[in-house]
Amino acid sequence: MDAIADSVVLEPAPTKPSRGYWGSVLQRLRRDPVAMVALGVILLIVLAAVFAPWIAPADPIKGSMIRRLKPVGFPGYPLGSDELGRDMLSRLLWGGRLSLFLGITPVILAFGIGSAIGIVAGYLGGWINTVTMRTIDVFFAFPSVLLAIALSGALGAGILNSIVSLTVVFVPQIARVAESVTTQIRTRDYVEAARISGASGFTIVRVHVLGNVLGPIFVYATSLISVSMILASGLSFLGLGVRPPEPEWGLMLNTLRTAIYNQPLVAALPGAMIFLTSISFNLFSDGLRSAMEVRQ
Amino acid sequence: MLLYILKRILYVAPVALGVSVVCFMLVHLAPGDPLTAIMPVDATAEQQAEMRIVYGFDKPLPVQFGLWIGKVVTGDLGKSIATGRPVLDEVARAVKNSLILACAATLIGFALGSFFGFVAGYFRNSPLDRLASAISVLGVSVPHYWLGMVMVIIFSAQLNWLPPTGAGPGGSADWRPDLEHLRYIILPAITMSVIPMGIIARTVRALVADILSQEFVQALRAKGLGEWGVFKHVVTNAAPTALAVMGLQLGYLLGGSILIETVFAWPGAGFLLNAAIFQRDLPLLQGTILVLAMFFVSLNLIVDVAQTALDPRIQRA
Repeated sequence: MDAIADSVVLEPAPTKPSRGYWGSVLQRLRRDPVAMVALGVILLIVLAAVFAPWIAPADPIKGSMIRRLKPVGFPGYPLGSDELGRDMLSRLLWGGRLSLFLGITPVILAFGIGSAIGIVAGYLGGWINTVTMRTIDVFFAFPSVLLAIALSGALGAGILNSIVSLTVVFVPQIARVAESVTTQIRTRDYVEAARISGASGFTIVRVHVLGNVLGPIFVYATSLISVSMILASGLSFLGLGVRPPEPEWGLMLNTLRTAIYNQPLVAALPGAMIFLTSISFNLFSDGLRSAMEVRQ
Repeated sequence: MLLYILKRILYVAPVALGVSVVCFMLVHLAPGDPLTAIMPVDATAEQQAEMRIVYGFDKPLPVQFGLWIGKVVTGDLGKSIATGRPVLDEVARAVKNSLILACAATLIGFALGSFFGFVAGYFRNSPLDRLASAISVLGVSVPHYWLGMVMVIIFSAQLNWLPPTGAGPGGSADWRPDLEHLRYIILPAITMSVIPMGIIARTVRALVADILSQEFVQALRAKGLGEWGVFKHVVTNAAPTALAVMGLQLGYLLGGSILIETVFAWPGAGFLLNAAIFQRDLPLLQGTILVLAMFFVSLNLIVDVAQTALDPRIQRA
């Protein structure tokens, strides 16, 4: 026995550190071509919006009355001009700033507020949970488009009001996901063990609940960005969001509606940008979800 | 079963009350006095105070809510500020048109979505599956108001096949099931059907894939049942959930129709809501939203009860 034990040369443990959960998620995500292309498109759109002041060939607000509704490829207007003779390419680049801002901000705000509400309700349970979740049910009784438009309609048009309305639409949705994940985690043995060992409620939430809950909520929130982009631009399309002459894709689509007979391609461009952004976020979110699902 | 239905109705009551509170508060969310929108700019303070008493805005909010809800349950939703007609009449007429459009869209979406979902679920990971999945992602990602514009560009502006806006010839405000009116509903219905199509395709694909992987399907095949016979079993098992999703989609479409109805000038509830918002016609805004939300709540209830009744696997007591 001893001879055998002595003859076994112990290999040194592999020095490569374990990648951990997020490392392996990242690696799986990197192997997903659809998600990577979607991410590439998102980055391109974001960069184009961020650097719009430097890369846009013309002023997005100043138009030219004699060069109205020029077709795509008209000299000096690579993507044509709109109903007030403004360069479409420049307006689409600048428009990305407001459209992305209006689409993403409500989801970020709702992620913060909704997670907090859901985690507290899920962790505390009892009557606090019941009251919170029944209140949230009331908001689920409204289709999200209707609720967003109703709130914006009552508050009045404007960028701030449209962000507020969309945040109110998404908070209950995120809170419901956060509550259900937290309730599942709360009854796990390791949380019970932490409680018995004397950890305070705050410590348990910070150490054990947050780490396990934020992932699923985050994935859900990314899937909302696509909806939020469509809704935010939809509000501007109805005249409830951004006010003219500010460039924003939904508003541009609205003001170009009269041009569908003269310049159909130009009129459809802003919507195509909303579509491209929304589908990219959707595909990336799908990829992220399957990368995070660990199935043994 | 009866007990379950009773429980479900009891559960809906507080939600319905909450919905009416939200609708009531909408008017008070509006910046400033709800009256400023309708009062002439040069109205004196006395006139304003008088109007406030006439509309009951001088009373505390809970009292106002009590008075309002008391009228609402008797079917009195107030009068439209813009037209002076009862809100209920306007809403009822508009909801009828919206319902026709939403039903048409749901049926198209359900037919196409089920087809794509079955194909994808049966031939998983085949090119057909990928095509069907791509169509369903496109369906849920497309800004439908833009799709509506594109449809108008192609089929009205370019090809001149179908009318671009309205519900019927000569600005007809009531849709009727005749050939002329049918031409008007095609474009908005197809545009609207894209969202439920994508969602139903996704649901059905997951359902079919799940059912096919279950042991009873293997048993059916082992005892010599043909593919057609197995298919019938798959349909029976998938139907309750798929129908429930369809029912909910109808509710979403009815409530979310405002953007598409605006694009196609379809004289429905969404179009009415749009007009109410821009004329600051608050009673009309409040009434339309209340009716649409209550419709959605009732539809949820019906779908839930119907699903329990249809699906013997669901045991709720």
